[in-house]
Amino acid sequence: MMSNFWSMGGYARYVWPCFGFAGAVLAWNLWAARRLLAGARLRSARALAMAASDAR
Amino acid sequence: MRLSAGRAFALIVHRELCLSFRRPEHLCQPLVFFLIVTTLFPLGLSLQLSQLRDIAPGVLWVAALLSSLLSLDSLFKGDADDGTLEQLALSGQELTLIVVAKTCAHWLVTGLALVVVSPIVATALDIPTAAFATMMLSLALGTLTLSWLGAIGAGLTIGLRRGNVLLSLIVLPLATPLLIFGAAATERAISGASTVGALYFLAALCVFTCTLAPFAATAALRITLE
Amino acid sequence: MWTWFYKLASPPHVYGVAAALMPWLLGGAALAVAYGLIAGLAFAPPDYQQGDAFRMIYVHVPGAILSLTVYMVMAAASAVALVWRIKVGHAVAAASAPIGASFALMALVTGSLWGRPMWGAYWAWDPRLTSELILLFIYIGVMSLRSAFEDPARGDRAAALLAVVGVVNVPIVHFSVVWWNSLHQGATIVKLGTPSMPGSMLWPLLSMWLGFMLFYGAVLCTRVQAEVLNRERQAAWVREAIKS
Repeated sequence: MMSNFWSMGGYARYVWPCFGFAGAVLAWNLWAARRLLAGARLRSARALAMAASDAR
Repeated sequence: MRLSAGRAFALIVHRELCLSFRRPEHLCQPLVFFLIVTTLFPLGLSLQLSQLRDIAPGVLWVAALLSSLLSLDSLFKGDADDGTLEQLALSGQELTLIVVAKTCAHWLVTGLALVVVSPIVATALDIPTAAFATMMLSLALGTLTLSWLGAIGAGLTIGLRRGNVLLSLIVLPLATPLLIFGAAATERAISGASTVGALYFLAALCVFTCTLAPFAATAALRITLE
Repeated sequence: MWTWFYKLASPPHVYGVAAALMPWLLGGAALAVAYGLIAGLAFAPPDYQQGDAFRMIYVHVPGAILSLTVYMVMAAASAVALVWRIKVGHAVAAASAPIGASFALMALVTGSLWGRPMWGAYWAWDPRLTSELILLFIYIGVMSLRSAFEDPARGDRAAALLAVVGVVNVPIVHFSVVWWNSLHQGATIVKLGTPSMPGSMLWPLLSMWLGFMLFYGAVLCTRVQAEVLNRERQAAWVREAIKS
């Protein structure tokens, strides 16, 4: 029953890479967006710190 | 003193044509490129003359698109670099009028020239003489449309260092309908089928682009010039 | 009259809303995708012609639809940003482009994996695949143009204009590719997603589509926060916003 599911009627070579790639794209999206936001926050924090030290 | 729009248009076109004819090598280079590319295809494919006719429309059109792209870079660049474009923009004439005049002049010295030499290439590619009229008409419509798409792209990439590559990247995907309908018209003319459908589509694209692209190209110039 | 509109589109407001919405959208996306995957992979019956290979449409079709939807969002945001000079519009457009490009790539790769057993080749010049490829090129053009300018504000406006020009062109490209294909090939292409699909096949597909939409919303929220911060680095509200 389970092996039947994994073999996908003989199309396992195509079906699983297909879903795997789709999952990878979704994961990349999440990762890249988080990294972008982290970078932006870091740069903003630095810019604010610089401005604060200039003001002093 | 402010010139009338028609007079300003004529002056700009005249100036562009003068500049082009004073530098005949610039005029010839895209045409020579067109000839070279069309020569390379048969050499790379080592075909019989009879098979050449099958790939001829595609080769002709891809080469025409690429050689038109080569010259697009210079559409605004020279005038933007030496400040002429800013002077024109400040002259009190509509910027759209200037864009239309420059693009029309550009088409006359590149697109129309390409149409004129295309029979030579067509002969080399074994396209029958009966198909020349359709081929030249389709090339005229296609290069005019491409000049307008290119005016948008050239306007957007004026100040950029590697603008030429980016210009191709922007314009070529937008030009795929031209390639499809243009090559189809030529192909059908060769095989003797009705070319009306493809030519109508090309003409429709041309009218559509000529109507809207001037405004887009003006907006592009405003973004990059200001 | 338009003040509420500007207030709605003010960077601090958008930043806060995006931060608050993001977990809900992501949670909804996870639920919808989980249902779609389980029902689509395990419970939907195999197609009578394509067998189990048809299950690939559960990621291919939503990916393809999303690549177009994201383009529409990007073009609409660009138009708003150009016409009313609303900076947040540029942030939404800039945030959407890479997401849309990734969905277009997903549609292409999953489509060619589906094509191998169905057409016997990884790539066929099918009109939908071809126009998807050209859509990907347009996305790449928009992204390259934005990053080519040293002045980010100018890059934003140039890319916005190109996105608006592209939105006029995308249907023309699709139509011309369909016309070209009908000229060269018979109707050998198996239609995907025909409306006569039975419910047990259709519901998982709709659920996957909803899940992808919500996922786009969630990623958009995170990216918009970043784009807004990058455009407003020195603004007073940023100090409060990044403290949390």
